[in-house]
Amino acid sequence: MHAQAAAASAEPQLEVRALHLWRGEKHLLRGVSFAVRPGELLQIVGPNGVGKTSLLRCVAGLLPVESGEILWRNRLLEHSRDEYHQQLAYLAHNNALKAELTALENLRFSASLRRRVGQTDLREVLARLQIPSCADLPVRAMSAGQKRRVALARILLSHAPLWILDEPITNLDVAGVALFEECMAEHLSAGGLILTAAHQQLLRGRSAVRTLELR
Amino acid sequence: MSQIVAHEAPGLGRLAWLVMQRDLRLAWRRWDQVIQPLLFFAIVTMLFPLAISPALDELRRIAPGVLWVAAMLASLLALESLFRQDVEDGSMEQWVLSGQPLSVLLLAKTAAHWLLAGLPLVLMAPILGAALGMPQSVWPVLATTLALGTGALSVLGAIGAALTVSVRRGSVLLALLVLPIEAPVLIFGARAVDLAMQGESVAGPLNLLAAMLLLFLSLGPFAMAAAMRISVES
Repeated sequence: MHAQAAAASAEPQLEVRALHLWRGEKHLLRGVSFAVRPGELLQIVGPNGVGKTSLLRCVAGLLPVESGEILWRNRLLEHSRDEYHQQLAYLAHNNALKAELTALENLRFSASLRRRVGQTDLREVLARLQIPSCADLPVRAMSAGQKRRVALARILLSHAPLWILDEPITNLDVAGVALFEECMAEHLSAGGLILTAAHQQLLRGRSAVRTLELR
Repeated sequence: MSQIVAHEAPGLGRLAWLVMQRDLRLAWRRWDQVIQPLLFFAIVTMLFPLAISPALDELRRIAPGVLWVAAMLASLLALESLFRQDVEDGSMEQWVLSGQPLSVLLLAKTAAHWLLAGLPLVLMAPILGAALGMPQSVWPVLATTLALGTGALSVLGAIGAALTVSVRRGSVLLALLVLPIEAPVLIFGARAVDLAMQGESVAGPLNLLAAMLLLFLSLGPFAMAAAMRISVES
């Protein structure tokens, strides 16, 4: 019944093989390889500037692969880009919110790009992240932590199996971190995949959580 | 994983509508930025009588050229900010990763931009034309050429804006890149208005302008999308 048990035997859905990346003259990633199975969280750790963000952007398809292979469900990324992106929710450093629009307007737009959503779905997710009062507030009037929660609400609304999260818990308070870890655990239990870069250990003590250290 | 339900995905028309709705709403909330090109258009046009001569005979002769050059520069001014904010706040990355055709999203954004920065110029031009002594009979031609012309300029400019958006101080580069390609639009647009003022047939240049607009509309979105991918990837 537990997805974690099932995950161990499942085929990896996301595979990265011998990925090399140069930024200008700097050889940033030297042959990074990993695989993520359904129900698994892979956390990338390493000092600042080691290339965590670049790796995530590369896997998301935002940076061209210079050498190496990225496979989603056994298909090369280059060959199934749109399909892959429909299964992907990506959270960057910035929240990708429009300051002039309210939380609801922001979420309605980004969720509608993928599927039909109702007003109640949006309000439910905001309530889930404990910011229901921010629904009709312009994003510019929110605190940094509230903005991050709205950005996380976008991830939850995407219904995508693969989450790529770059420092997801920046600016969150203790309660916020606990809340988001709960959301991540739920996503994993439902068979989702998470690839993340974070300085703090996420979901400590849970099985099917692995770390990959970049040096 | 059955979480993704394909038939719920929005169609192209709905995508375009979503983007336009969003951009028009954003413009409504920051209208002070939106009226800048219109103000620029009015001010530049109004400076000519001061600098040259208030005599209507003289102004009438140069009116088509003045209006067209001012409209072109106003449209260029507006283009600079077309994609900048969306790229800077990360929204554009999300568009690239949405799994939806980027060309449609960007074309819809350009269409919204034309409604905000092009259409007001078209509506304002006859009034400014009248101030420069342009006869009323020429107004429809002036408005038509500007409607076709600013449309073409918006699409062309959007390609340039997508290419230069990640370049620091890209606005100068944008002007250098886009103005030479826009020259034919200016030539035929101003020429049509000139012909109309002399009471001659304007079908030739008008057809050419329409043809240019259609050409840019059909190929432009793909160029925009390709340029934007390069800009976001850097």
